[in-house]
Amino acid sequence: MPNAFWCLVEDDRNGSPKKVMAEVIGEASRLAPGRAEAVWLTDKASEAGLKQLAEWGAARVLLLEHAALAPYRSEVWVAAAAELAAKEAPKAIFAPVTSRQREFVARLAARLGVGLAADSVGFALEGDTLVATRPVYAGKLLSKVTWAKAPWVATLRPNVFRPAETQTGKTAPVERPAVATAAAQMKFVERREEVSTGLPELTEAETVISGGRGMKGPENYVILEELGRVIGAAVGASRAAVDAGWRPHRFQIGQTGRTISPKLYLGFGVSGAIQHLAGMRTSKVIVAVNKDPEAPIFKIADFGLVADLFEVVPELTKEFKKLLEK
Amino acid sequence: MKILVTIKQVPDTATQVKIAADGKSIDTTGVTWIVSPYDEFAVEEALRIKEKRGQGEVVAVSLGPDRVKEALRSCLAMGCDRAIHLNDPAWAAADTLATARALAAVVKQEGPQLVLCGRQAIDDDMGAVTAQLAELLGWPCAYWIMEEAIDADGKSVRAARQVEGGLEVFDLPLPAVLAAQKGLNEPRYPTLKGIMGAKKKEIRDVKAADLGAAPEPPQLSIVGLQALPPRPPGRIIQGDVPTAVKELVRALREDAKAI
Ligand SMILES: Cc1cc2nc3c(=O)[nH]c(=O)nc-3n(C[C@@H](O)[C@H](O)[C@H](O)COP(=O)(O)OP(=O)(O)OC[C@H]3O[C@@H](n4cnc5c(N)ncnc54)[C@H](O)[C@@H]3O)c2cc1C
Ligand SMILES: Cc1cc2nc3c(=O)[nH]c(=O)nc-3n(C[C@H](O)[C@H](O)[C@H](O)COP(=O)(O)OP(=O)(O)OC[C@H]3O[C@@H](n4cnc5c(N)ncnc54)[C@H](O)[C@@H]3O)c2cc1C
Repeated sequence: MPNAFWCLVEDDRNGSPKKVMAEVIGEASRLAPGRAEAVWLTDKASEAGLKQLAEWGAARVLLLEHAALAPYRSEVWVAAAAELAAKEAPKAIFAPVTSRQREFVARLAARLGVGLAADSVGFALEGDTLVATRPVYAGKLLSKVTWAKAPWVATLRPNVFRPAETQTGKTAPVERPAVATAAAQMKFVERREEVSTGLPELTEAETVISGGRGMKGPENYVILEELGRVIGAAVGASRAAVDAGWRPHRFQIGQTGRTISPKLYLGFGVSGAIQHLAGMRTSKVIVAVNKDPEAPIFKIADFGLVADLFEVVPELTKEFKKLLEK
Repeated sequence: MKILVTIKQVPDTATQVKIAADGKSIDTTGVTWIVSPYDEFAVEEALRIKEKRGQGEVVAVSLGPDRVKEALRSCLAMGCDRAIHLNDPAWAAADTLATARALAAVVKQEGPQLVLCGRQAIDDDMGAVTAQLAELLGWPCAYWIMEEAIDADGKSVRAARQVEGGLEVFDLPLPAVLAAQKGLNEPRYPTLKGIMGAKKKEIRDVKAADLGAAPEPPQLSIVGLQALPPRPPGRIIQGDVPTAVKELVRALREDAKAI
């Protein structure tokens, strides 16, 4: 449909869209009621996944299903998506911020010769143009940007936009356009899975616990993981903890790590250096536990406890357990 | 092997940024400038490849105003052989695509077998120029790489990219573009000898006209910058640990509705 707002689907590589798509489709529908379309590049889509996209409010699903689309390679994806975009002439192309969408969407924008607003946290239609808001300079400022022409390409920071409500039973037509596959130059060798912690993925979690140098050693993260299991939180770390070798780099929060924007951030023994704040300052509620009343993290915290984390964490785990068992 | 590294000069995160009078850019007075940290990983990796292979050339390239020479100089001090400075007011309002176009034109002139870039520049944070450069060149690209190894005959590179849940390893034929992620390496500090030597190395100025076509107008323009809305004042919860924790849990549940 011309003038559609495309929502590029991020999935779990097993045929199901990720929950963040509710936010992307929700925002697209808010800006363009009835014109949000899900565009899904995958090697296998599940029926349940297609139904889910419709129930989140996609007016139509364009399914590009082909074995060559997995594992993700930008060169292959761009060829497929660009051809479809030329036919469909969408008004906007939205995707959630994930490691692969960041690259894919940038490359797609270059192929289409249009602008890209990465990691956006807000949108407003002004006349016939879209204005995006995005954090810049380590999150110290907000930049408003606009496009010279459509399609307006943007990625959306997870956990910032209000997710669409599930409209149970809502359906949407699924179209399966022919997939133009480019010959891939990149050859897949292997995938090395991370040892799963059993906790949510850092960038997707609604609650994130972060442990800094105050944790004193790698062995102490078990108390954070225990708390994480009780409240369903991901456990991340500051760079000081990562550089000390206590946690792998994928758990680092901040400017040279992951950017997170959970509903609740709980920092233990984190001082709140500007580079750490860059990665978490758009969190909705911030809790800081630190022995030092002067720690800069208290300046942005909604709730603070000036206390020893080793006393606080077990107590907190106990209290949350009581609360959630009720 | 000839390797080109793209680097951006950015304000040190620790420096305060103030919005300039035009409302669209930052006031650069008093700003300390650094090489964007991810680009330092790219420089380091390029130098290691050259050292390992025992031959080659590493060329640092940056687009920006006069001050950018200082960033290029520090890459030369780390060990890059020479530098190219895209220095022309015609690029003053360059967006990611215009930046990528200018860099692609340099790549075409220089003909390196490998281009190393950063995952993203830590000021504008688009994380886009690298992928767009690969697109304009029609080269394969591996993003957020944590490891790389070039095969002995210099025809391909094996790179491990970081994705949610793990690492994905690919073989890319050269020439290719790689975007460095933190964890790839630990960048070296320039030695005194390196710093002295850097003064004699070449930094070539390139104008838009030298690259053929004049820069196209930006596809994305900045409407304005604004300060963050202040967060509501926080609350320090007093009392002994059990009491304070009880109150925190209550407040998170009832007042903030965060759990
Ligand atoms: C005065 C001024 C006006 C501007 N006007 C606009 C505007 O109108 N529209 C707009 O979109 N942006 C504008 N910008 C910002 C723009 O120049 C961005 O820097 C550019 O879009 C690149 O995006 P990024 O820095 O986020 O790079 P990323 O995409 O995050 O960079 C990824 C990698 O690409 C390489 N790279 C990026 N930039 C350079 C560079 N300059 N030289 C060499 N390598 C580089 C680096 O290796 C980097 O790690 C303006 C900036 C200034 C100072
Ligand atoms: C280019 C660059 C990029 C960077 N990128 C990042 C990044 O992505 N992420 C990041 O986090 N940092 C980053 N940093 C590093 C950053 O500047 C800080 O050094 C780092 O965040 C500090 O980590 P920390 O808060 O854990 O440690 P510290 O600053 O040492 O703070 C530890 C805190 O723990 C408290 N504490 C100690 N014991 C206890 C206890 N028993 N109970 C309660 N509190 C206790 C102390 O009071 C202190 O406030 C970057 C730096 C640079 C230069």
